[in-house]
Amino acid sequence: MAEEQDKLLHEITNREYEHGWSVDLEAETLEPGLTEDTVRFISAKKNEPSWLLEWRLKAFRHWQQMTEPHWGLMHYPPIDYQALSYYSAPKKKPELASLDEVDPELLKTFDRLGISLQEQKMLAGVAVDAVIDSVSVKTTFKEKLAEKGVIFCSLSEAVQEHPDLVKAYLGTVVPIKDNFFAALNSAVFSDGSFVYIPKGVRCPMELSTYFRINAMNTGQFERTLIVADDDSYVSYLEGCTAPMRDENQLHAAVVELVALNRAHIKYSTVQNWYPGDKNGKGGIYNFVTKRGNCLGENSLISWTQVETGSSITWKYPSVLLKGDGSKGEFFSVAVTANAQQADTGTKMVHLGRNTSSTIISKGISAGQSNNSYRGLVKIAPSATGARNFSQCDSLLLGSHCGAHTFPSIEVDNATGKVEHEATTSKIAEDQIFYLNQRGIPTEKAVALIVNGYCREVLDQLPMEFAVEARKLLEISLEGSVG
Amino acid sequence: MSMLEIKNLHASVDGKPILKGLNLTLNKGEVHAIMGPNGSGKSTLASIIAGNDAYEITEGSIEFEGKSLLDLEPHERAAAGVFLAFQYPVEIPGVSMMNFMKTAMNEIRAQQGLEPMEPAAFLKRVREKQALVELDAKLANRSVNQGFSGGEKKRNEVFQMAMLEPKLAVLDETDSGLDIDALRIVAQGVNALRNTNNAFLVITHYQRLLDYIVPDVVHVLANGKIIKTGTKDLAFKLEAKGYDWILETEKA
Repeated sequence: MAEEQDKLLHEITNREYEHGWSVDLEAETLEPGLTEDTVRFISAKKNEPSWLLEWRLKAFRHWQQMTEPHWGLMHYPPIDYQALSYYSAPKKKPELASLDEVDPELLKTFDRLGISLQEQKMLAGVAVDAVIDSVSVKTTFKEKLAEKGVIFCSLSEAVQEHPDLVKAYLGTVVPIKDNFFAALNSAVFSDGSFVYIPKGVRCPMELSTYFRINAMNTGQFERTLIVADDDSYVSYLEGCTAPMRDENQLHAAVVELVALNRAHIKYSTVQNWYPGDKNGKGGIYNFVTKRGNCLGENSLISWTQVETGSSITWKYPSVLLKGDGSKGEFFSVAVTANAQQADTGTKMVHLGRNTSSTIISKGISAGQSNNSYRGLVKIAPSATGARNFSQCDSLLLGSHCGAHTFPSIEVDNATGKVEHEATTSKIAEDQIFYLNQRGIPTEKAVALIVNGYCREVLDQLPMEFAVEARKLLEISLEGSVG
Repeated sequence: MSMLEIKNLHASVDGKPILKGLNLTLNKGEVHAIMGPNGSGKSTLASIIAGNDAYEITEGSIEFEGKSLLDLEPHERAAAGVFLAFQYPVEIPGVSMMNFMKTAMNEIRAQQGLEPMEPAAFLKRVREKQALVELDAKLANRSVNQGFSGGEKKRNEVFQMAMLEPKLAVLDETDSGLDIDALRIVAQGVNALRNTNNAFLVITHYQRLLDYIVPDVVHVLANGKIIKTGTKDLAFKLEAKGYDWILETEKA
């Protein structure tokens, strides 16, 4: 009887909620605050099926029981989650008539990064002329991809067009209860990308150019899901070397990758969010959960990241090595300057037999910044013949910054082989002097040395992006020596 | 006007005086050798000319083509035409020789107000100069000095000198650790570059290098000063009799 009453009560309250939020449906931006209503509002705005709403609500209810993690080596003022707004309709950037109207400082940076004129226009919000307009570029890409059966669209679109695929994989790699920020993302995620590569298909292009043109402004709670079916290959590039500003200080993204039998996913990130001023004021807080699942045998997931932006980076792209013979790779360059704080690394969880993983992490700290590598290599009892190689190097510029390494190794199978190498170094004065003597000014010399130091990682990036990333490192470290 | 004019140079490291009133004049078209016992300040002099800030100049002046060298940063000295072939060339992991050389070349050109060198012309020059010092072309794709043998490192210094065509080249014990073949190759590189518009300051411990690179003037540096200056014959004397006789003569 009491149960019956509870149920009734629940229905009534829910109906009240329904009433409450339906009124606001016309609003373009939601008032600050986070309640179940907020979650329902977002879901309704996106016209989501009920299973997804339920999924979001479950995540939200769980999130309410969780506390923000503080084990990272970072300091920042408390975040007031009720003071944030969780929905705003995608805004059109004001369109400018030509590049002449764009902030010259921004154009200078674009030039130095070597970004093409066409792309500069897109990034700066200049109306693109008819010769190669963005629409036709997109159409060409879309046709090419469709020919191969590749699905590449926004996650919102995928929910509508490919609900079965989304339902089958969403939250399977990063469960809604995984961690505080992942739960929050699951409840209120704004949008992101969805990729499906069919069996035996090698994606005919880097999903990068397309991404850079197409998928800007996905919001502060981005969510990406990539599924590579048997024997397929995809290289996906996220982010942009161009400096990105955002009015939302908190970013909590989730990326899930699923690699089926013999599939290969290469995921590259260049992150250059606004790092804040010299004292770190106003910079982006970047709390990201990225994980791949090598579900199929002999599958491979490779993460490459170049992290130069954000005032706070909390990010551990990881791989679950479930399929026998599967491989996980993590190549990372994390640069912190001024007052930036980065706590980043990876987790390689070996579950299948003969699985292997490689970790190459290069941390560079300058100014008063703090740069930590935090990693876990776990070899489960089932992972017979598993191998790992880890190399974690830290480079210090100046004497006021910090570099820290927190590697954890758990081996529960005696056949496992784990190698770990770590170094901490300073740029040697004699290296700088040598380059100086050949006519290279100190700042450029440091950039050259740093680029050399990161070469193993930068070499993993798609060609044209590697060039930009090199220049980005140079720009990021400007003024941090001497 | 002389190319290099060093007057009454005093320098110290960590408060310890090394150079104590050194004078030296070098004209264009000339090759001068500096010899001297260990710890006499030979390498200090080379480092100071190049602008290594580990040394403190306490007194004196260095003029290069009539302008004070001490007012210039090390990279500006390079652009002005000063080159140092290092005694211990430094390794720079991950930076290819080609990238390094291209950067150096173009940074110097930029300081001189010139456009970057055309890639084709650059490659041509690389091939020419590699041949000059018999440097394996494969080394160009390796990281700077990394995994180079001792001889390769020294030849690589001469290769860089040939690429950059400096006005003044200081060779800091470029012959140390070289076998006779490598020595011949290094000398051959230097001799090919000698002309009436440039000058060389060859710092060496042994007379044998001077069989290959014939100097116009030989100086003996001891206890932070040039204590004797002469011709090539002085070097032979030193080889035969050691440094003690000069030091004795000076004391007397």
